Amino acid sequence: MNRFAWPLVGFVVLVVLLGVGLTLNPRDVPSPLVGKPAPAFTLKQLGDAGKTFSPEEMRGKVWLLNVWASWCVTCRQEHPVLVDFARTQSVPLVGLNYKELRGDAAVDMSRVDAATEESEARERATRWLAQRGDPYALTALDLDGRVGIDYGVYGVPETYVIDKAGIIRMKHTGPITPDVLSGKILPLVAELSK
Amino acid sequence: MKPRLASLLRAFVFALPLLMLAPLPSTLQPIPAALAGEAAPLAEDEAVEKRLIAISEELRCLVCQNESLAGSQAELANDLRREVRTLIKAGKSDAEIKEFLVSRYGDFVLYRPPVKSTTLLLWAGPGLLLLIGLFALFRYLRRRNAAIATTPLSADEARRAEALLNSGTAERKQP
Repeated sequence: MNRFAWPLVGFVVLVVLLGVGLTLNPRDVPSPLVGKPAPAFTLKQLGDAGKTFSPEEMRGKVWLLNVWASWCVTCRQEHPVLVDFARTQSVPLVGLNYKELRGDAAVDMSRVDAATEESEARERATRWLAQRGDPYALTALDLDGRVGIDYGVYGVPETYVIDKAGIIRMKHTGPITPDVLSGKILPLVAELSK
Repeated sequence: MKPRLASLLRAFVFALPLLMLAPLPSTLQPIPAALAGEAAPLAEDEAVEKRLIAISEELRCLVCQNESLAGSQAELANDLRREVRTLIKAGKSDAEIKEFLVSRYGDFVLYRPPVKSTTLLLWAGPGLLLLIGLFALFRYLRRRNAAIATTPLSADEARRAEALLNSGTAERKQP
């Protein structure tokens, strides 16, 4: 019995480790930005071309920053949850439209100049929101994805919960499901809003 | 059927160099300017590009996680290479550039994560396993040596072994 005991124990430990490994999501990379101030930026708004948005304006409020794009298929999946969130919650949801044109593999960027890029991005994003409902208090346009890099965006959609002092308190990668919303985001928002 | 196929194949193999020679004259024609333009040099500055490759080979692409930033064709990898290029041109050191990415994407972007409390097992693990293996081997060998040493033959067994050995030699002598 003793002769087989240790290999058996080793085997069981290995199986348990591999089993746990299967349940982990390798795409879920912990963000070093959690607990740090939200990086500053100034970007043009989607609705009003003359207006800009910067996170500074949200000081004193708990708010959500949701990174999206019209070419992002998963964003379509999470969108109804966001629309529902905007209808029932008082916390502002700000959209960060990420590389509306450049991120779309179907668009040949060599044929698009800077001016057309902006106008086309506006048109595409506006149409998308018109079709699916607009849950955003406002949407900022990150045409070249430079702000996305500062926020450590590596896939769309991503969502940040930012507190009254402008500190990022949570980052969620991937679509917000009703479970994620009620289980993680809403409790945190409630606690931060106190 | 089969021999015919074989001879056809052979003929094809022999004809192959001729086939390759055939389009040669056309390749000697000057390449149209539009085509030549497609292979534009990747970089204006070779030194910057060399450093970019050296740095980005040490960094993981977050989209295709088994690829380095140098090798990945992902959209984000392109953007990040552009960022790194800008930082190199701005005169940042390798450490500063890595810090730029780590502060945004975490230690995960480094293929060689720093030694700290959370990565201690990662770094020490293989050595630890080696030590455990050596310990087990050492113990096994000592136990086996002890087992061999502590079982001498009893007087009766020695006599029987002697008898068997003798009978063996006797048998071999017989024929």
